[in-house]
Amino acid sequence: MNIQLHYTVSADDFTRAGEASGAVKAKLKQLGFRPDVIRKVAIAMYEGEINMVIHAGGGVADVDIEADRVVVVLTDQGPGIPDIEKAMQEGYSTASETVRNLGFGAGMGLPNIKKYTDDLIIDTEIGKGTRITMTVLV
Amino acid sequence: METLFHSVTLDTDKCVGCTNCIKHCPTEAIRVRGGKATILSQRCIDCGECIRVCPHHAKKARHDSLDILKNFKHTVALPAPALFGQFNHLDDIDIILTGLLELGFDSVFEVSRAAEIVSDATRRLMADGKLQKPVISSACPAVVRLIQVRFPHLCDHVLPMKSPMEVAAALARQRVMAQTGLAPEDIGVIFISPCPAKVTDVRLPIGSDRSQVDGVLSISNIYPQLVHKMDHLTHVDPLFKSGLIGVSWSFIGGEAAGLLNENHLSADGIQNVIKVLEELEDDKLSDLDFIELNACSGGCVGGVFTAENGYVARARIKRLRKYMPVSCNRADDVGDLTALQWNRPLEENPALKLADNIADAMRLMQQADEVFERLPNLDCGSCGAPSCRALAGDVALGEAQENDCIFLMKQQIQEIASRLAGITE
Repeated sequence: MNIQLHYTVSADDFTRAGEASGAVKAKLKQLGFRPDVIRKVAIAMYEGEINMVIHAGGGVADVDIEADRVVVVLTDQGPGIPDIEKAMQEGYSTASETVRNLGFGAGMGLPNIKKYTDDLIIDTEIGKGTRITMTVLV
Repeated sequence: METLFHSVTLDTDKCVGCTNCIKHCPTEAIRVRGGKATILSQRCIDCGECIRVCPHHAKKARHDSLDILKNFKHTVALPAPALFGQFNHLDDIDIILTGLLELGFDSVFEVSRAAEIVSDATRRLMADGKLQKPVISSACPAVVRLIQVRFPHLCDHVLPMKSPMEVAAALARQRVMAQTGLAPEDIGVIFISPCPAKVTDVRLPIGSDRSQVDGVLSISNIYPQLVHKMDHLTHVDPLFKSGLIGVSWSFIGGEAAGLLNENHLSADGIQNVIKVLEELEDDKLSDLDFIELNACSGGCVGGVFTAENGYVARARIKRLRKYMPVSCNRADDVGDLTALQWNRPLEENPALKLADNIADAMRLMQQADEVFERLPNLDCGSCGAPSCRALAGDVALGEAQENDCIFLMKQQIQEIASRLAGITE
């Protein structure tokens, strides 16, 4: 038994980033997942959503919920990540001044995703896009 | 779960089955079934939003009447500080307190005194660094119950401190016992409340087994009689013993200001409170020390038991407090700080869960998602559920029918009609 969810993450409006992770959080609460699991998924997915909005002009989120794991796949057609190692460092950011002034782009996105997930796979190609697969185990 | 008690009730004669209350309930705890609103007990947090929005005055809240004073040898009035903002052209709080004595109480003890004690104790607990930050205020019982139901994960952040009402009740009873030699059960400690959540809080206290409060009166219920007494006083007793910090608990920001720590956030209005709790849950507010949340707009002065507009009441209290000392009561007045703390931890009440185990919940969610696909997504409320999503959930749980949706029903009738037309042609 599994539940599959699909969301489009729009890049038009910053204030809407977090809608998809918010909806997933509500679903996980209804399903009765443990609070620590819900928190990890919500935080990691929110960071990923913000990344897609800031860097990639939006994208899509596919969520697969099973009793023992939650897998979130974020896919975008953005510029790709040139140096994953650097991007994984806390505080390293390529976000614009405008984005930083809004309180985002502190260089904690990917490090936080890594911190809050049990497995993280990043597939990225310059000029084509990025797919991030994050798994939280129950 | 304990036996459920709610102060919010329905007058079925007055309920016309409209959609106002279901749309405003922060925990989706109301459905209209058979033309009347029903409250889903497990989810209701007694915030009083439905009472506020019901245009037919069908939602009510239980409270005691002044007759309760006859049940005790000595009665103490515990006025909430919000009471002080209810009167026009008033410049002396002692007039209100003396009026309460004229109304039949034997003594008064302002809850604002206990609020100052709680502020002092909270400052010390926070300085000790033993609380999980950000600390969420536990003063508003509707917020605490909201956290238990919708944000169970945040229960650890809630300040494990008795409310000023409880602290005041315990102190008032001790004082009267010492002065009169009466047994505790002969003393009636009666809270004068701005809100129905406090009625529930007395019947089913959070964090302790039994409340020290023996009865709860509604401000708006005693208001006409109290004003009459205040207008006909022959003398005014010097009874008021609170400062600026205590009376300021009556409006949003007051409790946080009493902590003398600028690193706090204050939010009022149940929808704003939910937004803050969502952000806190997502780790976005972790650098704050304290979060003050009040379910009512404006804070306690905005409670549904008040007689006056909450913003007017706040302006009056701000004027009244102008020449008050900062604080007149300290935690040392009660001795050991542990006496002020809850004696049991806050329990989660995840009532929004679809089922007790994840497998069953997933099955129900799949069913609900299938139903939802067929619904018009208008959230009109005509089916009696607050949204199409909520109806879909109710259908999966077997508590509603898919064609409770008037649009699906219309579609079905049209199909039948066109089939009939085909037969008769």
